[in-house]
Amino acid sequence: MSVKPPMRMREKVLLRVASQVFIPLILLFGLYVQFHGDFGPGGGFQAGVIFAAGFVLFGLIFGLEALQRVVPLSVVESCVALGLLIYGGVGVSCLLRGGQFLDYGVLDHHSSMHGQHLGILIIELGVGLTVAATMLAIFYAMAGRGRT
Amino acid sequence: MTYARVRVKRRTLMWIEILLFALLIITAITIVRLNDLFAAAMLSGIFSVLCASLFTLMDAVDVAFTEAAVGAGISTVLMIGALALTGSREDQQPTRLGPFVVVVLTGAMLIYGTLDMPAYGDPGAPIHQHVAPEYIAGTTTEFGIPNIVTAVLGSYRGFDTLGETAVIFTAGVGVMALLLGRRKRQGKVESTDASGDGNG
Repeated sequence: MSVKPPMRMREKVLLRVASQVFIPLILLFGLYVQFHGDFGPGGGFQAGVIFAAGFVLFGLIFGLEALQRVVPLSVVESCVALGLLIYGGVGVSCLLRGGQFLDYGVLDHHSSMHGQHLGILIIELGVGLTVAATMLAIFYAMAGRGRT
Repeated sequence: MTYARVRVKRRTLMWIEILLFALLIITAITIVRLNDLFAAAMLSGIFSVLCASLFTLMDAVDVAFTEAAVGAGISTVLMIGALALTGSREDQQPTRLGPFVVVVLTGAMLIYGTLDMPAYGDPGAPIHQHVAPEYIAGTTTEFGIPNIVTAVLGSYRGFDTLGETAVIFTAGVGVMALLLGRRKRQGKVESTDASGDGNG
């Protein structure tokens, strides 16, 4: 039960090379889904999962320690909260600009349409951040537990 | 497209749907019958992919996308991660009739309930009458974006999505508090025990 699969996987050339090719593509696709969500299918939720999956793949192949050097646990922890904070912050800034909570139209002085665009873009970013960080946190919690 | 061609296309789609549903049922029965939980986790990923294909056929690409990314992708990984911590074989248990009857009855009731629902894609269905026309018109006039789903999730139902994000946040905090927090404290206790003046 206490075998270390990441150590074994890292030694397999095929897995290592293939993951090195795929991980940047997965992350890039995640960013595309994140920021293109209002024009195509997708949005913050899917993007967050895809983005986290890229890091999880890295962790599976190169080991949890290597992954935690790239994304330390403290960063993950703060990103879980930061995403929700961004979302709520957009709502509060709508209030401060004289609109209703989460009424993005007031975010742009000139056109309500631009304001709506901006609002959706930022809240999707918040959703993506929280989802990606939560998925990574769960992965850290599970993968880290077997070895202590 | 001519009418005949549309009919041929519909018929092809129908056969693809029947095939996917048949595979779905086969996968579900196989998952129930398997004792090897590792294989069951992989099959549940396949189940999700089949569901995502069905959603795509229904033109619900956003839902299909989520199902493929969450169901087939990350949750399979997390499931296997959980199996690595517990054990990958199910204990042999005697087959009991009671739970089986309950499951069959519930399924039959659910299928009976669908008979009362409006036909798939019926424009006169209640769900297409209430706020949906407003959303469809508003997405172009108020937002100027082509994806109605994003407009509904992000703006029309922004409160819902805020709540969903809060749910995910809570799940993350819960997992970190239960699984990561205790490990840190144990580490601290061990280090102070071992070296006396451990600094962290």
